[in-house]
Amino acid sequence: MAVVELRGINYIYNKNTPYEVHALKDIDLEVKEGEITGIIGHTGSGKSTLVQLINGILKPTEGQVFVDGSDIWKEPKKIREVRFKAGVVMQYPEYQLFAETVFDDIAFGPKNMGLSEEEIKSRVIAASSFANVSPDLMNRSPFDLSGGQKRRVALAGVIAMDPKVLILDEPAAGLDPGGRADILGGLKKYQREKGTSVIIVSHSMEDMANWCDRILVLADGKIILDGTPDKVFSRFNDLIGLGLDVPQITRVAAALARRGVDLGDVYTVGYAADKISELF
Amino acid sequence: MKMDITFGQYVEGNSILHRLDPRAKLIIAILYVVAIFLANNVCSFALIVASAVLITVLSGISPRIIGRGIRPVLILIVFTAVINIFFVRGDHPLVSFYFIHIYREGLVNAAFIIIRIVVLIVCTSLFLTYTTTPIALTDGLEQLLAPLAKIKVPVHEFSMMMTIALRFIPTLIEETEKIMNAQKARGADFSSGGLIKRARALIPVLIPLFISAFRRASDLATAMECRCYTGGKGRTRMNVLRAGVKDFVFLFGVVALGAGVVLLNKFAGGYRFGLY
Ligand SMILES: Nc1ncnc2c1ncn2[C@@H]1O[C@H](COP(=O)(O)OP(=O)(O)O)[C@@H](O)[C@H]1O
Ligand SMILES: [Mg+2]
Repeated sequence: MAVVELRGINYIYNKNTPYEVHALKDIDLEVKEGEITGIIGHTGSGKSTLVQLINGILKPTEGQVFVDGSDIWKEPKKIREVRFKAGVVMQYPEYQLFAETVFDDIAFGPKNMGLSEEEIKSRVIAASSFANVSPDLMNRSPFDLSGGQKRRVALAGVIAMDPKVLILDEPAAGLDPGGRADILGGLKKYQREKGTSVIIVSHSMEDMANWCDRILVLADGKIILDGTPDKVFSRFNDLIGLGLDVPQITRVAAALARRGVDLGDVYTVGYAADKISELF
Repeated sequence: MKMDITFGQYVEGNSILHRLDPRAKLIIAILYVVAIFLANNVCSFALIVASAVLITVLSGISPRIIGRGIRPVLILIVFTAVINIFFVRGDHPLVSFYFIHIYREGLVNAAFIIIRIVVLIVCTSLFLTYTTTPIALTDGLEQLLAPLAKIKVPVHEFSMMMTIALRFIPTLIEETEKIMNAQKARGADFSSGGLIKRARALIPVLIPLFISAFRRASDLATAMECRCYTGGKGRTRMNVLRAGVKDFVFLFGVVALGAGVVLLNKFAGGYRFGLY
């Protein structure tokens, strides 16, 4: 079954004003349970808009959004429950930290769900271990943390709601390689253990190629490519033309192909290494 | 980015009113208000109304937008009109019914008051808000008040503060929206419950907002210092305001209007506005 389904979605900001922006155009999308879906696209292509439509922060101008099989706008009063099922980590989520301690901040989501103290506590502990937030930070103020630590606390705050689908809007943007590895490593571990569906927006083609089952390419509010990483990254020239990138190893393989060594479609370093060693 | 254009009541345009020097507009607006309050009979009020129509036409701003600006003070207008109709005593009774006495003077006064308030709001906002950006207005004010710096009033500093505050209002609005959305994504509920519950629900929004505002302020201060900002002394301007012919024409126009009102008050007949 599809955990998330979008049907005929159009989204227009500031409709009927001079500042109208048609951010999403005729989007149809189905995300299967347990699938890891990557979204790539140029800045302004509508990725964040898409993400905010899924958990009902934005209401589609046209079309329907289904989460876990039910139309989220059928009963607008119950939209809050959708947000516990579709957990979104917004872009630059460190700005959302507010509580006195890291623990309280991570507990904000579960508290809003109306869970018992016991349950909240165990969720916070579980979520912070997935998000690589070390236990000795729990009683610190979230404002004393480093950028990477804040980001992980924010991530834990959403994981603690134990959503059916976890949606991440550029979770590693602006972090150093170490910080990125911390975030991504935690996410992978979480996904493996829980089997949660994940939708991730990212600019790092390497991360996408390594992790995603499926990649969507958004350009100017439309989905223009949709498929497995090898299928999407084989459209080398299209992606470059859109101002996007392909994994570096794919570039290496393309350069080798031009020099007469054809490795086929390559998008992860491990696969490339195997292919090359076959040649010797 | 998207909101700083729509912020406030400024209406994009290139009419002669838009192009007037903000200093001239400030002076004109003050003189205009004086003229409005001087008017006290039918003829001088007619002159005021005619000038208001002229200004509206010159501004090129649609009457719909202007109408929207009056709506917030509608209650005030109705209230003063009613007070005048029922409580003003004069020599020409129209209705006498138990304790209700309505005089002609009351009706006339009510009409004059309505005109006065409407013209006051329409014309000051045409000069100062619809056709002038808040930044231009602050700039104009700073230069008009510049002489006060001689007696140690920190005019430049106040104006810089105003400009910065205005500049960051749209940014803050955008940021508030972002933070609210992020908290909503964690199940925050801003729209149900009583007053206290709703106020409490805002804590997760206000704290991050304040923190980011302070961070932004300190970043801005650093950036200004890096560019050697040390206050207003010796600082030249990028956009130098120059009063031109049209500014003086308008200034002359408003002075002439005032003179016309005074003359009509004195020599023309008709219903008078007054306190009875
Ligand atoms: N709150 C908003 N108001 C108006 N326009 C917006 C708003 N948010 C985004 N947009 C516009 O919608 C388009 C898509 O934006 P967004 O979804 O943020 O793209 P991305 O996340 O891919 O960078 C852009 O053209 C952007 O300028
Ligand atoms: Mg975005």
